[in-house]
Amino acid sequence: MKKLYILILLISNFAFAGEAQPLAEDPALEARLRAMSQELRCLVCQNSTLADSNAPLAEDLRKEIRVQMRAGKSDTEVVEYLVERYGDFVRYRPPVNNSTALLWFGPFLILIIGGFVLYRVLKKHASSDDDIQGEDV
Amino acid sequence: MMNRTAKFLIPFVLFLIAVGFLFKGLFLDPHEVPSPLVGKPAPQFNAPILGAAGKTFNTEDMKGQVWLLNVWASWCAACREEHPLLMAMENTKQIATYGLDYKDTDAEALAVLMQHGNPYRAVATDADGKIGIDYGVYGVPETYIIDKAGIIRFKQIGPITEVILLTKIAPLLKQLQQ
Repeated sequence: MKKLYILILLISNFAFAGEAQPLAEDPALEARLRAMSQELRCLVCQNSTLADSNAPLAEDLRKEIRVQMRAGKSDTEVVEYLVERYGDFVRYRPPVNNSTALLWFGPFLILIIGGFVLYRVLKKHASSDDDIQGEDV
Repeated sequence: MMNRTAKFLIPFVLFLIAVGFLFKGLFLDPHEVPSPLVGKPAPQFNAPILGAAGKTFNTEDMKGQVWLLNVWASWCAACREEHPLLMAMENTKQIATYGLDYKDTDAEALAVLMQHGNPYRAVATDADGKIGIDYGVYGVPETYIIDKAGIIRFKQIGPITEVILLTKIAPLLKQLQQ
């Protein structure tokens, strides 16, 4: 009886395989996959995450990530695997390196320049105000 | 006096710089992601050859020659665009062209080759897209040029055009085949 039950389960799984939605086979793993794939870009439709995308490639990649997670790979190892193939572009959080330094530090640079300009302008205004007052008096 | 000129000039120059960046942006394709694989060894694979039951294509056998790997599929409309160029390249023996049939069925792929001609010396099949993942494929067609040592030297995302063939591929082949 038990064997028959398992057989039915297997067959029904098989029947749904085309829809590629292995529902909660392993909830912990699915949660890990969801968390990770929200940080990854789908390369086909670049403004969706790997979690949201229905592109065939996104499905394949989710499948591949599942396989690797089951094989005991850590999250960083899986992300590394994808970066090796698709480049840093797959990450939504760009890593700090030479080509992204301007992206990371540019805003601070602009803030410093802006602050300096503001300081100069205010200082000049303060002194010219003095001049005007001096003239008035 | 000096100040007034500066007040006009500085924003104007900043404006021109911004215009310059935006203008350049008009000609960039956000879909062209720089491949981290260029300059790295081509991922090894061993896959069944399309239309040749029992035979397999192995990247190891390609060592020692410059070859081109074109990732295509029968369902891919853009692949049809570059097909005549691939035919021309094979006819003029510019390079050994091999295909990778990505996420496709053998019957449909063979039908396309029958109808439009076959530019490939052999076509490896990648029905489940696993080899595609190893090559970082995210949109077919994609084309790789691999040197004698098995290093990827060039990657084209999207169809090859005559301009790309003349300005990028041909000079590279000349350099690699020396």
